Amino acid sequence: MQNIEVIKPLLNKMQQRALLVGALGVFATAVGAFISPEQFFKSYLFGYIFWTGLTLGSLAILSLHHMVGGGWGFVIQRVLESGTRTLPLMALLFLPILFGMKELYLWARPEVVSTDAILLHKSAYLNIPFFAFRAFFMFAVWAVFVFFMNKWSGAQDKTADDSLSEKLRSIGGPALLVCFITITFASIDWVMSLDPHWFSTIFGVMLIIGQGVSTLAFAIIVVSRLAEHKPLAGVIQKKHFHDHGNLLLAFLALWAYMGLSQFLIIWSGNLPEEIPWYLHRLQGGWGTLAILTVFFHFIVPFFLLLMRGNKRSAKVLSKIAMAIILVRFLDLFWIIMPNFYPHGFHIHWLDFAAPIGIGGVWVAVFVWQLKGRALLPVNDPRLIEVFAHE
Amino acid sequence: MNDASKATELYGVMAEFDSPELLLEASEKAYELGYRKMDAYTPYPIEALPEAVGFKKPILPRIVLIGAIIGGCLGFFMQYYASVISYPLNIGGRPLNSWPSFIPVTFETTILLAAFAAVFGMFALNGLPQPYHPVFNVPRFALASRDRFFLCIESEDKLFDLTKTKKFLSDFKPKDVYEVEP
Repeated sequence: MQNIEVIKPLLNKMQQRALLVGALGVFATAVGAFISPEQFFKSYLFGYIFWTGLTLGSLAILSLHHMVGGGWGFVIQRVLESGTRTLPLMALLFLPILFGMKELYLWARPEVVSTDAILLHKSAYLNIPFFAFRAFFMFAVWAVFVFFMNKWSGAQDKTADDSLSEKLRSIGGPALLVCFITITFASIDWVMSLDPHWFSTIFGVMLIIGQGVSTLAFAIIVVSRLAEHKPLAGVIQKKHFHDHGNLLLAFLALWAYMGLSQFLIIWSGNLPEEIPWYLHRLQGGWGTLAILTVFFHFIVPFFLLLMRGNKRSAKVLSKIAMAIILVRFLDLFWIIMPNFYPHGFHIHWLDFAAPIGIGGVWVAVFVWQLKGRALLPVNDPRLIEVFAHE
Repeated sequence: MNDASKATELYGVMAEFDSPELLLEASEKAYELGYRKMDAYTPYPIEALPEAVGFKKPILPRIVLIGAIIGGCLGFFMQYYASVISYPLNIGGRPLNSWPSFIPVTFETTILLAAFAAVFGMFALNGLPQPYHPVFNVPRFALASRDRFFLCIESEDKLFDLTKTKKFLSDFKPKDVYEVEP
């Protein structure tokens, strides 16, 4: 179980491929940035929000796992930990957003704010220095949790010290709480404030749950690939995939619950300061996208994941998970892009290039981190019961 | 009385095990051999045991799904009937069939009927309530709710043969093997 050398060639290949795709994507995005800088920032934000969601989702689900400690979590613990260690990369990749603030956010343009009473009122919170400070502060807070969770877990591999499990368990709860608060603010700052007049209190949780969906789907894809090869072949059992499938189903249902709650309240209220957000997103091509999202982000995977057989087969489950990653892009595209193009559907080749570029680099860093440690927390005293007879 | 006539009078043969692993092994072997009419009794749920004694495809999930679908449809059309057909009212200019506001109640009735289907379906499939069951004729069977694991092969099974079945069960290191009075 400990020997990671057997699978190194496969991981190396994955890393090289991801790096190649990432390099091509980054090159294309850089070209796009020169051709049409205004479109570049929009597409870049879209790609950035998805991939940073995987990093933060990894941190949140890792915290949840340390708090509750189920078998499902031990199997994906190293995948999640590697996901959190992409945080420095995402902090670095945040810089272009800082440079593009005036392109992206209405409230960052003094000429707009000075003529708008509401934005003038909100400028105590929505202003450039405070926005940058909040981003810096949140990355610092996340970095603290990422650092200690990875440090203690890695130390246990070497020292087999049982007390480290206790430390990880006690940091899980606070970390999850802090994650919820900080990611809510991040969602408000980075995404919700794209439409600075609009507000929704459930918005942050909606994005957090979406990140949970993406992260679980991503972890399922990675673990199902790892389970095909030594050293994990035969170690990861059907019951683990069954648990992951159930969790994914729960997260999807929660996502639908949040989405419907926001829609129901705003639709019922029908107030002029809230309803435009949906009016823009339900007409023309955006409306079609909304219906597609409801079907493929909830209804279809809900019924697929109700069926036991689909959850117990790693192959089928990972296919469902890949489809869910695609609809996560669809959902974020539908949330972000109508802010810039409220009057009709609009797509640009940079909307593909930027997520692929960021994604390639993200996956390359992820795999690089994954192969640095054993694929399971081998010295955790709780691991024995995870692989008990099914 | 010879063994054959005694066998038809008995409810079955029961073995008492110390550990879930022994019980699981005995159940799997019994199923492999062709025994079908048998049941295992344990103080807590044991994964894979239902499959071992032959519950390959539980039908309760399907009953619950049907209950959920009926509940969802009833819940939605109850509201549709009330606000579109029976008593149409213009509320704030919204359409009569304001489906978004019907969703919460539809959701609740879906859960309600699914839960009813789960509970009552479980009762029906288990044949509950059942005031008498022969397994309690074995005095030590009370330990099934404490720390012992029991496997009972019933005499209705085609392969049942008092001596052979007893012999088969005693191969798995049981604490004891009992004959269960009807």
